[in-house]
Amino acid sequence: MTVKTPIYLDYAATCPVDPRVLDAMIPCFTDNYGNAASRTHVFGWRSEEAVEAARIEIARTVNADPKEITFTSGATESNNLAIKGIAEYLAEKGRHIITVVTEHKAVLDACKHLERKGYDVTYLPVNTDGLVTVEQVAEAIRPDTILVSIMFANNETGVVQPIAEIGKLCHERKVMFHTDAVQAFGKMPIDVQEMSIDLMSISAHKIYGPKGVGALYVRRRRPRVRLSPQIHGGGHERGNRSGTLNVPGIVGFGEAARLARESMKEESARIFGIREHLRKRFIAEIPHSIVNGTLESHLPGTLNISFAYVEGESLLMGLKDIAVSSGSACTSASLEPSYVLRAMGLNDELAHSSLRITIGRQTTLEEVDYVADRVKEQVERLREMSPLWEMVQDGIDLDSIQWTPH
Amino acid sequence: MAYSTKVIDHYENPRNVGSLDKGDDTVGTGIVGAPACGDVMKLQIRVENGVIQDAKFKTYGCGSAIASSSLVTEWVKGMHIDDAVKIQNSQIAEELSLPPVKIHCSVLAEDAIKAAIKDYQDKHGAAAGENADDTPAAV
Repeated sequence: MTVKTPIYLDYAATCPVDPRVLDAMIPCFTDNYGNAASRTHVFGWRSEEAVEAARIEIARTVNADPKEITFTSGATESNNLAIKGIAEYLAEKGRHIITVVTEHKAVLDACKHLERKGYDVTYLPVNTDGLVTVEQVAEAIRPDTILVSIMFANNETGVVQPIAEIGKLCHERKVMFHTDAVQAFGKMPIDVQEMSIDLMSISAHKIYGPKGVGALYVRRRRPRVRLSPQIHGGGHERGNRSGTLNVPGIVGFGEAARLARESMKEESARIFGIREHLRKRFIAEIPHSIVNGTLESHLPGTLNISFAYVEGESLLMGLKDIAVSSGSACTSASLEPSYVLRAMGLNDELAHSSLRITIGRQTTLEEVDYVADRVKEQVERLREMSPLWEMVQDGIDLDSIQWTPH
Repeated sequence: MAYSTKVIDHYENPRNVGSLDKGDDTVGTGIVGAPACGDVMKLQIRVENGVIQDAKFKTYGCGSAIASSSLVTEWVKGMHIDDAVKIQNSQIAEELSLPPVKIHCSVLAEDAIKAAIKDYQDKHGAAAGENADDTPAAV
């Protein structure tokens, strides 16, 4: 059976817009184009109504109150607003923040910014599974700790952190709890009440919505969370985030959230089945394949796997009709391999050899079978070309060699 | 990242992949780089009368690293080791149109050929390049 190429397996990076989402958005560009803040005419009222309907859909997806949803330009802004907004608002109370080394750069860089402003940040390490424990968080909390920011599911590995336990701890210790839930939102059940989440960053384009729109969940009760806005002017979104609302984007986000919520059970089961099929083929057919991150606590569609003795970028080059991403340094300008994989204790060589494959709504079994065949063929070809593979075949321990780093 | 057509050609059709017997006195072996850095090149030459008769490589690394080593094996075949040792990374980078972030791949290829020549010369005494040895087995 022939499959249509190129094949997209990078859904953790972004998704196509679902046609149903696009259908919901189009009238907002041409007919219902009013400013949602215009209170004096029907154009404004219609837009406001559409925004509020979207807010309800998003809130319902995570068991929140619609008033707790603040729209932003995306999760990077949501993370910045949560972390800097809390830090600024609670500066008199304390200046210590706890986060994790494997967080997204939007969280890490916001924390680094605060360190330059005199805040103290604890970066918790993760274990080889990619997990942080509630005990680690408990030990790190100090009298001056104001915020714990720990991502729900990791973007590179798909590993899901013990969010409910950490949330419960934070509430007991009266510390604000923020989670970057970009990868988990719409893919697995999230309940902000049960999980004691105070602030949560989410994004539309990871759930088949449009790019350029996201939201921050901000708890209103027990405790009431207040933050200092980072964008001023006009007092939109209850003063949390000023700026004319992106009505088409928000409407698309709402529709995408509704679709994700309604199809979550069947879709995640289907996606999980496809990912497991692919993973099992890799493990069975390609020796020295190593899955990165625990599969015990994991997103259904993400697979991060290293093919030892083959460098990631050269593998991607051989898979030019397949869109996946790599933890190899060579795919970035930094020449450093994935900090997430290294934080999990992976040696640099395996980090350089990793691929991140993410299965999504459009992925078929035929596509992943094609991918498995192509990956196998390229790994075998590149191993034949690899001096490391040759040494290993000759029984040489690579760690015993004095390499010449450059 | 967009690759030049020459890099793609060498990546898809690498020249001279393989290994020579490194115990052979006529063979010089250079292994440079480190797995931790994401590239390791093994370059081998077979020398007779100071002239490189055969060259083979194996490379763990990105497409540009594979192309750089493949290109060098092509260039050095038939070359006297005194000339091969003068190959500059800038020539490799230029031939393959490597972008700035990939210049280190060409540096590694230059290091690899130099290391292979040095290994061969070490087997034959430092002056082997100048006084081509007809009977390497006697050394």
